[in-house]
Amino acid sequence: MKTFRLNPNAILRAATSALLIALLPAQAPAQNQTTLTIAAYPAVDEMIKSAMPAWKKNHPTVDIKVISRQFSDHHTAMTTALSTASGLPDVMVLEYGYVARFAEGGGLENIGDAPYNFKNNTSHFVPYAVRQGTAGSGALVAVPSDIGPGTLLYREDLLKKAGLKESDLTHSWDGFINAGIKLKALTGANLVAHARDIKDILIRVGTTPGDGLYIDKKGTVLVDTPRFVRAFTLAKKVRDEKLDGKIQAWSNEWSEGFKRGTIATQLSGAWLAGHLNNWLAPSTKGLWRAAQLPENSYGSFGGSFYAIPKAAKNKALSWEFIQLMTLNPEIQLSGFKAQDAFPALLDVYKDPFFDQPIDFLGGQKARALWRDATSHITAFEVHKLDPLAEEIVNTELDKVLDQGKPVATALADAKRLLQRSVNR
Amino acid sequence: MSTPGVQRKPWRLKPEYVPYLLIGPFVILFAVFGIFPLVFSFYLAFQSWEPTAGLGAMKFVGMGNFAFVWGDEWFWKSMGNTLWLALASGIPQHVIAIPLAYFLHTSFKRSRNLVVGAYFLPYITSTVAIAMMFGTLFSTDYGLINIGLHTLSEIPGLSWVYPGQPIDWLNKAENVKPAISIVVFWRYIGFNTVLYLAALQTIPADIYEAATMDGAGRMQQFFYITLPSIKPMIYFGVTLSVIGGLQLFEEPFVLTGGRGGTDQAGMTTAMYMYRTAFEFNDFGGASAISWVSFVFVALLTWLTNLAFKPRRGSI
Repeated sequence: MKTFRLNPNAILRAATSALLIALLPAQAPAQNQTTLTIAAYPAVDEMIKSAMPAWKKNHPTVDIKVISRQFSDHHTAMTTALSTASGLPDVMVLEYGYVARFAEGGGLENIGDAPYNFKNNTSHFVPYAVRQGTAGSGALVAVPSDIGPGTLLYREDLLKKAGLKESDLTHSWDGFINAGIKLKALTGANLVAHARDIKDILIRVGTTPGDGLYIDKKGTVLVDTPRFVRAFTLAKKVRDEKLDGKIQAWSNEWSEGFKRGTIATQLSGAWLAGHLNNWLAPSTKGLWRAAQLPENSYGSFGGSFYAIPKAAKNKALSWEFIQLMTLNPEIQLSGFKAQDAFPALLDVYKDPFFDQPIDFLGGQKARALWRDATSHITAFEVHKLDPLAEEIVNTELDKVLDQGKPVATALADAKRLLQRSVNR
Repeated sequence: MSTPGVQRKPWRLKPEYVPYLLIGPFVILFAVFGIFPLVFSFYLAFQSWEPTAGLGAMKFVGMGNFAFVWGDEWFWKSMGNTLWLALASGIPQHVIAIPLAYFLHTSFKRSRNLVVGAYFLPYITSTVAIAMMFGTLFSTDYGLINIGLHTLSEIPGLSWVYPGQPIDWLNKAENVKPAISIVVFWRYIGFNTVLYLAALQTIPADIYEAATMDGAGRMQQFFYITLPSIKPMIYFGVTLSVIGGLQLFEEPFVLTGGRGGTDQAGMTTAMYMYRTAFEFNDFGGASAISWVSFVFVALLTWLTNLAFKPRRGSI
């Protein structure tokens, strides 16, 4: 009977070669070289790369490896890495919404206490950003790098055409809507891209530090409180008066709307001015201006933080790296200049760069305006169900705006749906 | 191989074990990427888990996740959306692919492969590229579809195709589902046409010749020869459509920016499952959704089987 023969020598040789090939890249660097792995998302990854010379000056034997992924992929990858405790980077960059969520799982190092003692340095940072980096337990788990103070960007040329002034937009929310009616009638432009934008700001107005946005510490659902009633009512008014373009942020229509001047204002983070200038609507240079949000409302739109996973290997080096990125004035300023990343470090707030005119905003010294806003912003408690709560509220708002569902019924339904998840 | 002097005894493999060795790589990969996730998701469906706290943080909750999903109105809304999309994109795929394949089979000779290739192209194109392209086409103010409809409506008698205002395809609940269905239909029609064309080519030409001799017209030949002969392929194609339709994810996900559109009108069960896990951080609930929807897919596949199974006495 014929049998198949497998030569043990050949198998051994094949296996050894395969192993050698697999190990080849790992063998390449010199023996005493350490590599620090940083997981980040776009814009922050660029800031890290441009800080390389400064890092190498003090740490010639420590290489930095930046693992860059798209925003949502990055956070999914970090969730997976924490859940399996494998593939964890030495330092992870986190968007503020994820900080408390990851901290709750206990996977992030408490950097407030020894050996890091970040609590001694918090006075260098914008207070609300420090609060955003604090877990529900009170542990400091992340250092703020850049923040997104909310602002109202508006088209000055359209306002002039309609015979309006900035104060007509900013005096009160009702005034904002009334100005929108006039704007639409005289210029044809929509006041806002989507009525939802107004709700997003208004549900945040009137919170005091420590409040929850959708759910409070005791698990009480807050979505039928006056904050939400007002936000829904005003958003509905904007839709009824046909003042919004029903345009989603980051869509083609959004960018076209900015280019063609059919969106007159946008409530957003200060960083949007940079995006408009760089790629969304560079041709509208000089036509935009920035103002504080209507009715002295202050809000934050995103922000990036640095954190160390508990299972990371080079914690001492990781901490040095984080300090370089967040406490070094030059690096914070260069991120602001190159990537429009508004610094979280108060030490740089007196730099002349803040008082320089911005060409895109017609020479306005808007950075000083945004700097002023940062001292008024409050941070609220993040709850792990916030992403679900936001989706529930948005879905009920869709029903109010598109199907004429009464505001009170919509908010009661939102509360019931959310309560069901809280009670699990 | 042998070394002079030392004669090593090669490892011998009995022929009956060879097939196992050959299918080994597949079985290992399938176990890692197929069976393990399946078992793990079944296990997860009975747990409550904060994933960032590590694997040790799972808590057994019995049937809690299933009870939650059963009473979850969003789950049922997503099931309704999925069924709507499966029917609206699935039925036309077959109703049009069969006559189309028949037309290609009978009317094209030399250029047939070229035409079939053109129809098949959407199937092998990246879904993300397709959805992005359609996202631009469906644009309310600047999209080619609305511009085309507007031009059509200027022809006398066709004014009804365009309702005065530009159609808001992707931001209005009642338009989201038809828009997604159009994309899914466009994408899979070529695949089904190729299936049916392959089936048509297996029908012996002499049956048609005999029918022609007997005076059967083209329509009669289609209904009495072609359709019964390709019934096994219809069964296969419909089964694929049922399974694919109930697992629809990529097209609605990209077209509606991951949210399912306004009022989640285009959120399928597969999308809801993904969002429950990765957006709402509830992996236990998401696993329960996947198992409940598996039961529905299995049930509908069984019903398809019942409807198309060759009965005794049929060809």
